[in-house]
Amino acid sequence: MLIRDAVGMALNTIRVQKLKSFFSLLGVLIGVTFLIAVVSIVQGMNVYMEDQFANKLIGLNTFQLRRMSNFNSGNVTEDMWREWQRRPRINYQEAAYLEDNVQTPVLYSRYCSENLDMLWDGKTAKQIDIQTADAPYFQIKNYEIASGRTFTPQEAKVGAAVIVVGWEITDKLFKGADPIGKSVMIAGIPYRVVGQIAKQGTLFGISLDKFAVVPFDAPIHRAVCRLGFMDELHVRADNPAAMKLAVNEVEGLMRIQRRLKPAQENNFALQTAEGALEGWNKISAILMTALPALVAISLVVGGIVIMNIMLMAVAERTREIGIRKALGAKRADILAQFVVESATLSTVGALIGIGAGIGLAFLVRGVTPLPAAVAPWSVGLGVFLGVAVGMTAGIYPASRASRLDPIEALRQE
Amino acid sequence: MSDLVIQIRDMTRTYVMGAEEVHALRGVSLEIRRNEYVAIMGPSGSGKSTLMNMIGCLDTPSSGEYWLNGQEVSRMGDDALARVRNKEIGFVFQTFNLLPRASALQNVELPLVYGGVGAKDRRERSKAALTRVGLGDRMEHRPNELSGGQRQRVAIARALVNEPAILLADEPTGNLDSTTSEEIMRVFESLHAQGQTIIMVTHEPDIAAHAERTVVLKDGKVSSDTTNRRGAAA
Ligand SMILES: Nc1ncnc2c1ncn2[C@@H]1O[C@H](COP(=O)(O)OP(=O)(O)OP(=O)(O)O)[C@@H](O)[C@H]1O
Ligand SMILES: [Mg+2]
Repeated sequence: MLIRDAVGMALNTIRVQKLKSFFSLLGVLIGVTFLIAVVSIVQGMNVYMEDQFANKLIGLNTFQLRRMSNFNSGNVTEDMWREWQRRPRINYQEAAYLEDNVQTPVLYSRYCSENLDMLWDGKTAKQIDIQTADAPYFQIKNYEIASGRTFTPQEAKVGAAVIVVGWEITDKLFKGADPIGKSVMIAGIPYRVVGQIAKQGTLFGISLDKFAVVPFDAPIHRAVCRLGFMDELHVRADNPAAMKLAVNEVEGLMRIQRRLKPAQENNFALQTAEGALEGWNKISAILMTALPALVAISLVVGGIVIMNIMLMAVAERTREIGIRKALGAKRADILAQFVVESATLSTVGALIGIGAGIGLAFLVRGVTPLPAAVAPWSVGLGVFLGVAVGMTAGIYPASRASRLDPIEALRQE
Repeated sequence: MSDLVIQIRDMTRTYVMGAEEVHALRGVSLEIRRNEYVAIMGPSGSGKSTLMNMIGCLDTPSSGEYWLNGQEVSRMGDDALARVRNKEIGFVFQTFNLLPRASALQNVELPLVYGGVGAKDRRERSKAALTRVGLGDRMEHRPNELSGGQRQRVAIARALVNEPAILLADEPTGNLDSTTSEEIMRVFESLHAQGQTIIMVTHEPDIAAHAERTVVLKDGKVSSDTTNRRGAAA
């Protein structure tokens, strides 16, 4: 009952002096806002990076053998870049050797890509990502076929002029009409559309549907790939453990083929989802390390401000304390009253901070392609920190209040 | 013996201010019976308020003994004193000393809050106390929405709500005009008639005349102790 009175009194103080209270709670408010917003964005990014980025861009249990990595974290020096440029491309013999010698059961697909214009019925879809790949590619990428079919091993083998299109082609070029059976022109050669891949959505606001796949040896090959070479060899295993094995095997076999001495570094790259996430993991690790320090600083400042507010409250309400003591309040009663009042103040700051943090996270989600997901534990932690900071900050002023001499206190104007 | 509510023997209170010592009380002895109505008078600085603070357990004597209702208060610690103030003492101050942000009812409830009385019981007893002083229709008003006399009646209700052994009033009419003072005196008289023990400090002889006994302090000592009317047998 006393607690309720103290809470009520704190809320009343805030209500009466809105602006002053707002500024005095700013420290706690900012600290908790940071906490909620940063954790929300980092958590949202984590989920997004794993679900969307890594799996859509690289593929589940999948890795790619390349001349050099697409995803680089940290500094790439000019020397490194030059070394990468000098590396040999992956060639057919190397790919065939891997297919023959890797023991782990995996799927393979050679892969090249180039941005080219696509024509149909006098209309042009510009800069479409034309990918040339082998038949298992669709399975490796986990592409769902919305209508029609993928190309057959037979079509792949002879390099037939067939094409499987992404959603955006259907949408933009065919205006949503059924694309199957239509004939599109790429680099002057007609391709018959045999399949339509289900919509992939966006990644950081960039469409993942602006592409089409043709057999690796289709006529367009010359415009996309250097003969005898590929941009990437895609490899998919059944599960993460098998994938790790396959990565090791491929690495070993490639080093043998390229006659690399033990001291020499790989002159090829094995690109995994994990590797692609490395950059993000570094950023999120920095954020999550800096966060506690930032939050702690705000909360310490906030706590000191609240302590001063409470010292002022004790000074202003000395007479009230005298009255309460005259009516039978014990030291512990006065102590509890001011600690609860301080905790209430601080918790109100924390609650506003939680609201602001969630708002900020959703604002970021709304205006940028960055995702945000509010972590319930961060909200719980925010409330806890609010109460804890308030109680800690309130102890000293409250103990001063509780030790006041009732007669002296009553004499105060 | 059990009829004695207050027994004070050779009570002194010395304030030390740096090198100087102020002897506010220099050996006061006083006995007060149940249902007595005592006025304490005396010149300014004679120790009246100091004595009231002692009786009200807000302060402890430098020497001497103080027994309240058979308990030796002069040897009590802080928390025990707080409990005695809560249960045995009802204070009425010259400046009312109500909490400005609380309603009349909430002010009256305060001693019950510290006495650990449950919310429902608290509410009922506080309403009854306010009704008793004629403020049944002002319970939700805040002090600044009440007249001086009404404020003092809220303070009296608050002092009475715990059914204390003694009602202590230090210049209860000091801030009131004469009409209002008379009103408050009528409240005191009716409380006295219902059995309440009252000790009141006043400067005004016509206020003191309402009591049945007058104790006069001078220089921290009792200089006279007289019965006013036929009432009390000392
Ligand atoms: N806290 C204190 N410290 C030092 N001296 C004090 C203190 N309280 C009271 N005194 C002194 O004790 C003496 C008695 O004071 P007290 O307040 O009891 O007088 P009083 O009879 O109530 O006077 P008044 O009629 O003016 O209210 C005075 O000389 C006063 O200055
Ligand atoms: Mg006085």
